[in-house]
Amino acid sequence: MQIIYTDVLVIGGGLAGQRAAIGAKRRGHDAIVLSLVPAKRSHSAAAQGGMQASLGNCLGGAGDNEDIHFADTVRGSDWGADQVVVRMFAHTAPKAIRELAAWGVPWNRVERGEREITVDGSRQTIAEPDAAHGLITSRNFGGTEKHRACYVSDGTGHAMLYTMSNQAIAAGIPVHERMEALALIHDSGRCHGAIVRNLMTGELLAYIARATCIATGGFGRIYRVSTNAVINEGMGAAIALETGVATLGNMEAIQFHPTGIFPAGILVTEGCRGDGGLLLDVNEHRFMPDYEPEKKELASRDVVSRRMEEHIAAGHGAKTRFGEHLWLDIRLLGADHINNKLREVKEICQYFLGIDPVRELIPVRPAQHYSMGGVRTDHRGESPQLRGLFAAGEAACWDMHGFNRLGGNSVAETVVAGMIVGDAMADFCDSVGGELSLSSALVNDFGRREQARLAAIASGGNESAFELTRLMQETMTAQVGIFRDRERLEQAVSTLQVLQLRSRDIGLRSNAPGANPELVTAYRLQRMLKLAQCVAYGALQRTESRGAHFRADYPRRDDLNWMRRTLARWPEAEAGLPTLEYEALDIMQMELPPGWRGYGARDYIEHPDTALRKQQVDEIVATVADADRHARQQALMPFRHLLPAHLRHHNQRLGDTS
Amino acid sequence: MKRIPLAQASRTLRLQVLRHNPRDPASEPHLQTFEVEEADSMTLFIALTEIRERQDPSLQFDFVCRAGICGSCGMIINGRPGLACRTLTKDLPQDIVLAPLPAFELIGDLSVNTGKWMRGMSERLETWVHNQGFARLDIDSLEQPMEPALAEQIYELERCIECGCCVAACGTARMHEDFVGAVGLNQVTRFRLDPRDERSDAEFYQLVGTEAGVFGCMTLLGCEDLCPKELPLATQIAFLRRRMVAAG
Repeated sequence: MQIIYTDVLVIGGGLAGQRAAIGAKRRGHDAIVLSLVPAKRSHSAAAQGGMQASLGNCLGGAGDNEDIHFADTVRGSDWGADQVVVRMFAHTAPKAIRELAAWGVPWNRVERGEREITVDGSRQTIAEPDAAHGLITSRNFGGTEKHRACYVSDGTGHAMLYTMSNQAIAAGIPVHERMEALALIHDSGRCHGAIVRNLMTGELLAYIARATCIATGGFGRIYRVSTNAVINEGMGAAIALETGVATLGNMEAIQFHPTGIFPAGILVTEGCRGDGGLLLDVNEHRFMPDYEPEKKELASRDVVSRRMEEHIAAGHGAKTRFGEHLWLDIRLLGADHINNKLREVKEICQYFLGIDPVRELIPVRPAQHYSMGGVRTDHRGESPQLRGLFAAGEAACWDMHGFNRLGGNSVAETVVAGMIVGDAMADFCDSVGGELSLSSALVNDFGRREQARLAAIASGGNESAFELTRLMQETMTAQVGIFRDRERLEQAVSTLQVLQLRSRDIGLRSNAPGANPELVTAYRLQRMLKLAQCVAYGALQRTESRGAHFRADYPRRDDLNWMRRTLARWPEAEAGLPTLEYEALDIMQMELPPGWRGYGARDYIEHPDTALRKQQVDEIVATVADADRHARQQALMPFRHLLPAHLRHHNQRLGDTS
Repeated sequence: MKRIPLAQASRTLRLQVLRHNPRDPASEPHLQTFEVEEADSMTLFIALTEIRERQDPSLQFDFVCRAGICGSCGMIINGRPGLACRTLTKDLPQDIVLAPLPAFELIGDLSVNTGKWMRGMSERLETWVHNQGFARLDIDSLEQPMEPALAEQIYELERCIECGCCVAACGTARMHEDFVGAVGLNQVTRFRLDPRDERSDAEFYQLVGTEAGVFGCMTLLGCEDLCPKELPLATQIAFLRRRMVAAG
């Protein structure tokens, strides 16, 4: 088995992974990126509508700052997020976007003078000021108080990923393409790299690293209907889980995006609604204001998706032979806007639906979209259980999204996390604990174990990996979807256990030399089933509704009992269930104590600490009444000292004196 | 005489796939025919996935986003390069011939190594913003303004997804292995247009003022005709050629 040594091993070639690698490399450490596909084909490219950063340049963003971005994100998370991490994120996002602007991303810019916009179904004319001309502009997105989603037409992720990849190439960072990590090498609570399979030749290699970062994105493909790319099978999270040591956080927190095109599930951006598009039912009635008078189509994704499904269940969906759907109407935005700012949407409609959204309605229905959960890390991105193991981006749970992510916060998170975790890995490599000390026997043991697992599949029984994958996906979509209850979740847990047993008897019809796509499906399925079980079992145990996790039998958010983050471990490889533990979120430390989100259900079970903390917050604010907003924030919940030193400065905005 | 169209009975598609596994010493390139019942809204992504799952699990191909944005699934579809994921079978005849993109290293069947080719191209042409200021970048202050129209113009050229269709469609690329293709030349025009990139025309000339670069193009226009993103590739190449003549 070939062994490759590096300082930093990054598993995953999307925005988070490449930015982390660039960060470590800048600090003088060698980094290698492993990617299932050419890095520019990573799923980051699929982000369409925008990246949240509180620049506040355009009129709709005027007055925006980190405080508002922070509050929007915490409300969006339904108070499930780690507020310190949200603060670190909101503070660093403007820096991330400015760095990308310098590196080459052609962000859309503010144009001075009058322009027409669509608000709440009607056209308005606004005038952008001269001073903002040429600065980065932003559009409206759901669950936000300001127009904060900075964008490049609706190819934002594509433009960001190409710029990031090109800068990684400029930095001389090797990307080993078509490489899949099968297992993390670890002992005594320390990660040493990974056993990796070459997806062209099928051979196994070992990558030995001082720091290892999982940046493999989400695991949407455990569902049948998902906006995710076909590579989003969660293998990074799965190999962390299979260490039996590292934990996964809040796996039951799964986001469903309101506008997957029906029935294919391909995403059309939230920017459609942010720019003024409407949701209509079978009678072309605009129904969202009936349910959500405050934010209408622009409540958070969890709320809009639930309202849509509720409306379909009430008999107002358009019926087809594939099932029911609703309509997205962007006709009112006009041909010019659609052809320039929503051109990917237009292409998707043309190619996959054969319709022109300038003139026709787009059939949509919520589809699985995002995994809030992932490898549990601290605020620097390191696993608390496995030293030297880091995670960043959608694969991680550090935990800035809690139980619902806001649109545009994920691409922002990838880059921000990459910046922070890249430095954290460099710090780790520079520390005494970052020295490598392992025996080649350990590496070979892990290599032999993976070889044996592959051999067991190749000489296995009669089950079909494709068939079992389909059954898993259907189970998840039918029983662990938007509306959950005990009965459905219990069924899902037991079905997944049966599938797990059956997956030990997978046989192969093909023994083609090389990577063998059937073998790939088989070994990934065995790992995906464990992730799926963490989702289903975690959802069964969480007897409340929070963010995207909605229990029809426990419809209220329960701060009294569930101000807790789920941590899943899988200590016994052959066990049928994960071990769940819970980690408390301390209300007494929160800058923004729990309350109503400003949309969605008003009814929740309060924790006694909430009133105490609110009073405390008021008292603290009163003592610093004359201070500026930075000092007020600092008094409530300090966070800047946790950032790398070069990311601690204030962000300048238009109109600031300094 | 015109016929009144009747409700069409579903078709049985015959997909002929050029098969070859270079890892298998016994493998010889050959066409293999698969029959698939056509379904509503069926794409080549759906058809090929169904073949792999139900008929031949060894069939190799590449899909990632399956939404026409990542550029993974370029292949030759009835003689023309295109993105398989967004090609609807209803737009194709009953007989569909699929082959891997030429000009790229074959991984197996329909899977080719575009990633290696594109990385090589990027390294040769240095397709990134070159700016002396990166070492001491100030990311706390207001960003540099840019004319809105210029930002949109840059994005227009940046929409390239490196799928390789233009390379597969290019006469020069088929004859000269080191030709950087429309994909490479387009990227050079993209960075030349970008005021953040400090390189001069003379420096760009060093990169593409050769037969492997802008002077290799025979203006056959296959690249522009077949670009899935409808990029104005021929215009970019012509423009670059004029600038390079001036610079050289």
